[in-house]
Amino acid sequence: MSEAPKDLKYTKSHEWVRSEADGSVTVGITDHAQELLGDLVFVEAPEAGSSIEAGTACATVESVKAASDIYAPISGEVTAVNEDLADSPEKVNESPFEDGWLFKVKPSDAGELDALMDADAYAAHVEAES
Amino acid sequence: MTTLKTTPLHGAHQRAGAKLVDFAGWEMPLHYGSQMEEHKRVRESAGMFDVSHMQVVDIHGPQAQAFLRYLLANDVAKLKTEGRALYSCMLNEAGGVIDDLIIYWTGGDSYRAVVNAATAEGDIAHMQKVAEDFDVNVKPRPEFALIAIQGPQAVEKTLPLLPDDLRSAGDLKPFSAVWNDKWFVARTGYTGEDGFEVMLPAEQADGFWEKLKAAGVHPIGLGARDTLRLEAGMNLYGTDMDDQTNPLTANLGWTIALKDAERDFIGRAPIEQSKVEGVKERMVGLVLDGRGVLRGGTRIETEAGDGVVTSGSFSPSLGVSVAFARIPAGVEAEQLHADIRGRKLPVRVVKPVFVRNGEPQIDLPKN
Repeated sequence: MSEAPKDLKYTKSHEWVRSEADGSVTVGITDHAQELLGDLVFVEAPEAGSSIEAGTACATVESVKAASDIYAPISGEVTAVNEDLADSPEKVNESPFEDGWLFKVKPSDAGELDALMDADAYAAHVEAES
Repeated sequence: MTTLKTTPLHGAHQRAGAKLVDFAGWEMPLHYGSQMEEHKRVRESAGMFDVSHMQVVDIHGPQAQAFLRYLLANDVAKLKTEGRALYSCMLNEAGGVIDDLIIYWTGGDSYRAVVNAATAEGDIAHMQKVAEDFDVNVKPRPEFALIAIQGPQAVEKTLPLLPDDLRSAGDLKPFSAVWNDKWFVARTGYTGEDGFEVMLPAEQADGFWEKLKAAGVHPIGLGARDTLRLEAGMNLYGTDMDDQTNPLTANLGWTIALKDAERDFIGRAPIEQSKVEGVKERMVGLVLDGRGVLRGGTRIETEAGDGVVTSGSFSPSLGVSVAFARIPAGVEAEQLHADIRGRKLPVRVVKPVFVRNGEPQIDLPKN
């Protein structure tokens, strides 16, 4: 069973969101998602400064097996992307919730966070999918 | 839901925590953790594959050679030494590929074929039907387990574990085999590395597997098997060719033996005709130096119309994406464009062999 930290929020499409102290949020993919994808070889994150809209594809992760879209969990402006992943995409496999984060967003509507799942709801969702 | 077939090594895969998937009706290991690490292990040391889902077929009888010379597009008359093998296509009347296989001459009027899992049933039916006109017996041997051990250290790690009377396997040339009444050891494989493919009684498979593991041979799943064979420039049946494919458009021309004009074989006439008329497509290798991965189905733009990727993946050995693609025959350009989710990325056209014996066979971009 893959882990899902309690302090994060989750989407049905297997992204996670962490609320940071400065009001921004960090976005990544879950342990379950990286397990399904297998070894990642490329990560195409949105550009810093670009706007993303909740529920729309905003990034692509590509594994040996397949390419997969990443959906924006929340609307807002991208403030940072994880530059380390350009050379070391395997960090997403090794540390999906920490070193393997994808990008940070300044939310345009923090209320959107409430629509996301907590860890228990996400675990149930994964269970139901498998 | 239908029940998946399992090999004699199914328990070993479960013990090793394999991710098991349905492959042609068989529950087989996709990987045991990381496909990428498994791939590299085979290139750098040694790995082993359970290929027991492949089917061994013995062909025996006074007309065995005549039968096989008619059944197969390559010519078994080339096999002059006992134990030698060749790779061949089995074609239909239209010249399409029913399957690709390895055929061994096991001495006298006996041969042994190894065919693909997905096509085995149809292959055997076809063989038995063609055999009706010959004094020959076609006998499937499902009682065997098959283990492929591949990599630069595969031979040294495997030899001490073979039955005493088969240690001469260390002296085997590629595409040759030795055997006793129970085991059959061939210097063949599907990775571009040195190694063996071993057929052994099903009940001994688990023990042999565990001994190999203790000797440092790591289990490798079908995921890495696919990237290894792609890098090695080896076609995959059902992906790079099928019963609709003219082998001349799938880089298989070298396996069609037309030299002996007296020899009739199934599919000969349409192949000869297409040689005269010229084929409309050819298969090339592609390298994508940029970020992105070529996959089966990726559209390739050329000045003479579209081509398509038949097999494509990220190459763990090379760090770039490589592929086989079928493109219009007249295209000689060294650079084409791949349509990857709407983006047009430049790809280099190369000979479709990317890695052999651990060495890159193409120029790589300098970092």
